[in-house]
Amino acid sequence: MAGKLINITLRVWRQSGPNDPGKLETYKADGISTDMSFLEMLDVVNDGLEREDKEPIAFDHDCREGICGMCGSVINGVAHGPQSETTLCQLHMRKFKDGDTIIIEPFRANGFPLIKDLAVDRSALDRIIQAGGYITVKTGQAPDAHAIPIPKPAADIAMDAASCIGCGACVAACPNASASLFTAAKITQLCTLPQGNPERTTRVIKMVQQMDKEGFGSCSKYYECEAVCPKGIKVENITTMNREYMKAMVSGK
Amino acid sequence: MLDAKIPAGPMAEKWTNHKFDMKLVNPANKRKFNVIVVGTGLAGASAAASLSEMGYKVKNFCIQDSPRRAHSIAAQGGINAAKNYPNDGDSVHRLFYDTVKGGDYRSREANVHRLAEVSVNIIDQCVAQGVPFARDYGGYLDNRSFGGAQVSRTFYARGQTGQQLLLGAYSALMKEVAVGNVDLYTRREMLDLIVVDGRACGIVVRNLVTGKLETHLADTVILATGGYGNVFYLSTNAKGCNVTAAWRAHKRGAFFANPCYTQIHPTCIPVHGDYQSKLTLMSESLRNDGRVWVPRKDGDPRKPSDIPEADRFYYLEEKYPSFGNLVPRDVASRNAKLVCDEGKGVGGGENLAVYLDFADAIKRDGRDVVEAKYGNLFEMYERIVDDNPYETPMMIYPAVHYTMGGLWVDYNLMSNLPGLHVLGEANFSDHGANRLGASALMQGLADGYFVIPNTVGHYLATAGPSEITAAHPEVKKVEEEVAGRINTLVNSKGKRAVNEFHRELGLLMWDGCGMARNEAGLKKALQRIPELRQEFWEDVNVTGSPGTFNQCLERAGRVADFMEQAELMCLDALNRSESCGGHFREESQTEEGEALRKDAEFAYVAAWENTGDLSNPTLHKEELTFEEVHLTQRSYK
Ligand SMILES: Cc1cc2nc3c(=O)[nH]c(=O)nc-3n(C[C@H](O)[C@H](O)[C@H](O)COP(=O)(O)OP(=O)(O)OC[C@H]3O[C@@H](n4cnc5c(N)ncnc54)[C@H](O)[C@@H]3O)c2cc1C
Ligand code: FES
Repeated sequence: MAGKLINITLRVWRQSGPNDPGKLETYKADGISTDMSFLEMLDVVNDGLEREDKEPIAFDHDCREGICGMCGSVINGVAHGPQSETTLCQLHMRKFKDGDTIIIEPFRANGFPLIKDLAVDRSALDRIIQAGGYITVKTGQAPDAHAIPIPKPAADIAMDAASCIGCGACVAACPNASASLFTAAKITQLCTLPQGNPERTTRVIKMVQQMDKEGFGSCSKYYECEAVCPKGIKVENITTMNREYMKAMVSGK
Repeated sequence: MLDAKIPAGPMAEKWTNHKFDMKLVNPANKRKFNVIVVGTGLAGASAAASLSEMGYKVKNFCIQDSPRRAHSIAAQGGINAAKNYPNDGDSVHRLFYDTVKGGDYRSREANVHRLAEVSVNIIDQCVAQGVPFARDYGGYLDNRSFGGAQVSRTFYARGQTGQQLLLGAYSALMKEVAVGNVDLYTRREMLDLIVVDGRACGIVVRNLVTGKLETHLADTVILATGGYGNVFYLSTNAKGCNVTAAWRAHKRGAFFANPCYTQIHPTCIPVHGDYQSKLTLMSESLRNDGRVWVPRKDGDPRKPSDIPEADRFYYLEEKYPSFGNLVPRDVASRNAKLVCDEGKGVGGGENLAVYLDFADAIKRDGRDVVEAKYGNLFEMYERIVDDNPYETPMMIYPAVHYTMGGLWVDYNLMSNLPGLHVLGEANFSDHGANRLGASALMQGLADGYFVIPNTVGHYLATAGPSEITAAHPEVKKVEEEVAGRINTLVNSKGKRAVNEFHRELGLLMWDGCGMARNEAGLKKALQRIPELRQEFWEDVNVTGSPGTFNQCLERAGRVADFMEQAELMCLDALNRSESCGGHFREESQTEEGEALRKDAEFAYVAAWENTGDLSNPTLHKEELTFEEVHLTQRSYK
């Protein structure tokens, strides 16, 4: 396990606010242990900046264990960096070599206005869920949990889709900045479960409309989203969404 | 004397009777009441959604960019409920009994019973929302045994139970936002509580994007702001977890109960460097199949696979033959510390780790069976440690995980300040001195879905609307105080980074008020904390300006509050000169080195009142009486 120490150069996107000009700034990060996580490396750089009375690099993060979806930047052109099915907070410096230069940029998309440096506003994703990403059941209305058995294969498909962490890497990676994978995962989860059936038609229509309204592009099957998804969400979900959408339009609701 | 307002009558009927006895707000009047809910974790999101469904006007706040990112999302293992689907003898009474006993007889029986009662409704609600719990081939819900329970009552969704439960509550919340009944305020940090004439009626928050201070007034304030484990700097909590909301409420008069009760989780990935920013939990379910051991010989240099059976010390199996590796968390954690203190630890460096070995499980069940159960955990371990647990034993060490202490609340989940309700990990209520696995998720959702919707109505019907407006001088005063604190922070142009102070405080707390405490260590910490606090205010450097997105300022404000709360934790730990649950006082142990409770002296909740002098808070006691569960010394031998 024992890590070694490496020296790297960072080129980091710095931008004070949405309307300010931004540019890549260079920082030296020397003596970085390869056992550090990527964000720990940024902590070390930030502590140094604070000691010099310079503003630290703003970046979003919280759980640091790959589940909250708060972290995410584009590392050398790849959302969440080089390790597959791994969020940025779970990426470790052992994936880099001594002397490497690492370019760090924010998730860029029309639907994700920049806040500062690497932090962006992803509230558009919440609004897509508000448009229909739920099952309407009030607290206290529920029947016994065993009232409807759910075949294991359906439960498993729902679980696979539900494991989306809403980080937005799919949007950042897509040449069209489409939020299709995110939206499709929620639609698949809810249309696969019998509980989600009553609202099946309206849900897909409203969510797809909201996605367009937020300025996300449409899906042209580049499948870059699947390649960067830290949770391995599959593009089959998009096929399901498209099928559900067609059915809903045909049924005329 | 603190009045917990426990309803009269037999234990099993208290909640039902109380629901009938409470006043109701008539449906047409509900929309006239404004409710503030701070927090969007399991407790906050479920409360905000449920209250909105009932018709109240709700404002809901969180510090993250989306309510879905609250720390509840990180819970892996599962959620308990007394459904008895496996037909193995579970019942509301058994869950109640296990939880009171697991909490080492330091919780309030009536609350725990209610928790066990509503546990079954939680599962129903979540399934109806589309939470994809694990199922068997017949399509029915699967259960597992968790954290040493003798029955299988834990519901789970792969290793992502917290995530799925939270997304369920979040979806209910989004539904209410869409209807326009909940106003959502993300990236807002509560920095103070407004109390006028003894009644909590609003909060001051900082908009973390613009830096602007905002005041929000309401008829009642509900805090569901999570736990304070990050006082130790290193913990399994998310980086943003803080005590600020609870601490500010405490300084405005709310009592802080049992702050010294912290839970140290036995199976975490060990610390590996000074730069480490957080600790990662490996689900406790691993102890169902992994065997915990260290080499018998101190500093044995051999690779674990080269150490023969006879030279291995399976200390949990040897000391606790009937529970073995499945002893409760406090016992497992303490014993790991014990063997490492004796010099038997492994892992190099300071040798603060023990082995968790799956070789026997793999031999017995095959690698594929082990992989099916724990594959994602093994992968996570490998990603962090760069070691393959199928081939070489995992290394684990205990880490701070959960805080049982929190703001004091009565049976209605209201603090001693009228109008201030506290839910989830932020309150002190149901877990006593030690929380059992899979019961925090249960409590958060019980509080939010099923308790507060009943008790808030009673409060509002009794107290009526708050008449306070933004022009009230007390409101102005709180706003000015918050702005003043922020200015002091950004103007203290010292030399040290905020994290340095936080790290130092964390180490101090881990040494003095960690897994085992004694009088001398606590007194030392109590001497050092005020000094460190002073150094912080004199020498911290907060960069940037207050009117911007300023993460340095955010961290500084939270560390400043931890610096104050740490002292109360140590005072509480010093006062409680007994061992109980997660609080192990070295002076109070049996001849065999097990925790020794002192029921005659300490069967009470310690609720502390702020006096303005951080070193001299006033202690209020809520005596605990046990009608149903017989007090016995826990034994897992
Ligand atoms: C790694 C891990 C695994 C766990 N696994 C399990 C498990 O398997 N089973 C189990 O039962 N329990 C488990 N727990 C414990 C359990 O997850 C938590 O106790 C529980 O989820 C807390 O929920 P909560 O709603 O009280 O708070 P949280 O989910 O922490 O939510 C706090 C909310 O308050 C907001 N907030 C905080 N401070 C402020 C402020 N100052 N201003 C505004 N908003 C604020 C946050 O933004 C957030 O929305 C685990 C805990 C951890 C750390
Ligand atoms: S910080 Fe939570 S997923 Fe990375």
